[in-house]
Amino acid sequence: MQKLLLGDEAIAQAAIDAGMSGVYAYPGTPSTEITEYVQASKLAEERNIHSDWAANEKTAMEAALGMAYAGKRSMTCMKHVGLNVAADNFMNAAITGVNGGMVVVVADDPSMHSSQNEQDSRFYGKFAMIPVLEPSNQQEAYDMTYGAFELSEKYKVPVMIRVTTRIAHSRAGVITKELKPQNNQSLPSDPRQFVLLPSIARKQYKVLLGNQDHFNAESENSAYNHYFEGEDKSVGIIACGLGYNYLREILPEGDCKYPVLKVTQYPLPEKQVKQIANETEKLLVIEEGYPMVEEMIKGFLEKEPVTGRLDGTLPRDGELNADIVAAALGIQTGSKESKVPDFVANRPPSMCPGCSHIDVYNALNEALAAFGQGRVFSDIGCYTLGALEPFNAINTCVDMGASVTMAKGAADAGLVPAVTVIGDSTFTHSGMTGLLDAVNENSPITVIISDNESTSMTGGQDSSALGRLEAICQGLGVDPEHIRVLNPIKRNHDDMVKVMQEEFDYDGPSVIIPRRECIQKAARRRKMEAKQKAKS
Amino acid sequence: MKTDIILAGVGGQGILSIAATLGAAALENDWYLKQAETHGMSQRGGAVVSHLRISDKPIYSDLIPKGSANVIISVEPMESLRYVDYLAEDGYLVTNTKPFVNIPNYPDQEKLMQHLKSLQNVVAIDADQIANDLKARRSSNIVMLGAAAPFLNMDLSVLESGLKQIFGSKGNEIVEMNMKALHAGYKFAMENK
Ligand code: SF4
Repeated sequence: MQKLLLGDEAIAQAAIDAGMSGVYAYPGTPSTEITEYVQASKLAEERNIHSDWAANEKTAMEAALGMAYAGKRSMTCMKHVGLNVAADNFMNAAITGVNGGMVVVVADDPSMHSSQNEQDSRFYGKFAMIPVLEPSNQQEAYDMTYGAFELSEKYKVPVMIRVTTRIAHSRAGVITKELKPQNNQSLPSDPRQFVLLPSIARKQYKVLLGNQDHFNAESENSAYNHYFEGEDKSVGIIACGLGYNYLREILPEGDCKYPVLKVTQYPLPEKQVKQIANETEKLLVIEEGYPMVEEMIKGFLEKEPVTGRLDGTLPRDGELNADIVAAALGIQTGSKESKVPDFVANRPPSMCPGCSHIDVYNALNEALAAFGQGRVFSDIGCYTLGALEPFNAINTCVDMGASVTMAKGAADAGLVPAVTVIGDSTFTHSGMTGLLDAVNENSPITVIISDNESTSMTGGQDSSALGRLEAICQGLGVDPEHIRVLNPIKRNHDDMVKVMQEEFDYDGPSVIIPRRECIQKAARRRKMEAKQKAKS
Repeated sequence: MKTDIILAGVGGQGILSIAATLGAAALENDWYLKQAETHGMSQRGGAVVSHLRISDKPIYSDLIPKGSANVIISVEPMESLRYVDYLAEDGYLVTNTKPFVNIPNYPDQEKLMQHLKSLQNVVAIDADQIANDLKARRSSNIVMLGAAAPFLNMDLSVLESGLKQIFGSKGNEIVEMNMKALHAGYKFAMENK
């Protein structure tokens, strides 16, 4: 059957069709739509597939590993920086191995469309020494995910699928495969496999090392890696993932005179890499993300020049596209008759008119006016837009949860008051532990949890703390008298300023919770409610 | 056939209803389709763009190479110019004339319209007004689709069946309204291209 699917949706549909029993994830652009698709799928509901959001990527990865321990097929999805959060479990899951198939989907964001950095998750896959699949189009995203569970079960190891923004968020027709039954629950055959005491871990590590030749053979024999002969041996092209797609846009199979090695499954297929290196005078590596393959093969090819992102043949940063690949091959693309007139202004995103964060920043700016700039440690969410005009209200945004801990460090350095602005969802993701540190040392910081009862930046998913923020903060040891809940509306501006000032004066950790539902989420909720009412 | 379309607008303006209609039409005709969307941060009132490629042969890149778009459909006049270097020499720029001003440095509107008029193949249409006149205020995007229809290398009937697919579940009335919007846009473009 053919369906129009985003790359993300193709992955989700494939996992459902392949008999997955649970997906575990924290929302993050460009990976969010994978889990959302499972959540909206009737078939997934019928099959009782778990798909609730996790508190963060680490808890998600661990839960997926637990499901795979119990013999069922599981998947965990995240954006590239989310893998940093889950990296501890990810690395060790390669050592424990799995029982049921486990697929780790990581969506990278070159060009940083909505991210803090551009890191390339293929490095993590290589670091963990597990197979990595990098689809070059939506159909491959489907087929590879469908097959990844089997590959995972064959070697009892997690398998990574790496996509980038463009494929994640682009739609194409995808042909789906037959629906497979889900695995029954079962225990691992080796009862010690998952106990990473040093003696066992050493044994398990040897198992992983022993599998490397198999993984390489899988790549060499993979239908997804392919060697295309070419007459003109002056250049050999190694095209990875989406890079292959862009190459084919410019030089479709019939029109390409150069030998081409398509790489969409890792580890790098050694045999084919050697073949193309031997047959050609020079190599061009086209890859989306870091120059990983380019660096790797430079290491073992002595004479052959290798070009790509490292030597500037392709730009070192940002997304690839067909124009860039064409330029690298010295091919002229389209005419550029029309130029973008210079009066076309940037139109950056901004907080929705009426958003509760706006009232919070207005109050915060006033409450802090006497202390001057430079004291607000923020986090990642819609409220990060408070960095822009007209608010200029925040000074940092580094990684999930860093607001609380950075404020603590700054307070330790004597910057008092030090203020945190964090959202409810980010707080549960990785703000809570930082607050515990602050409580333990009675650090004089004020944590503003701007609670819009939603994970809004990624489209309004429920946050794990819904309805329980005060209890969580109390449980972490914050003095209940210094947990202040506010209603962030214009009318309460003066009260908010006053409460903030009071808490800045307090010599210990305090929490202010301005609480008003995200207006986008509220609108969606009302629409849903009206729909349900009309039905009943 | 092969058509490369840039769909431009501002986050929240719902340009994806146009893409969805074209997508349904493509699927029905067994054409290949690629449609790259903007997700995430830029949707909060920021510039959004979707690259839409339809062809009877396999399509590789999800992004349209510069200088090769057949049509730019923009639901906002300044946004139509942001991607003008993607337009092929014989391509058409179809834009709504109603500005969406949510930035302090929005260009002078007269200058903007003059620039638009100076381009070769332009259809500038007040889609909001036309939709209002039809008492189909929410269908202004479909008016835009209709205005682009003469340049899409496909019959109007293909778009009609796409509309039926997309709006069918919402009832006959909604389908009819959008049909009217489509035809009104089409008529305007035929008279003003
Ligand atoms: S989506 Fe919600 S939280 Fe985000 S800016 Fe809009 S109203 Fe504010």
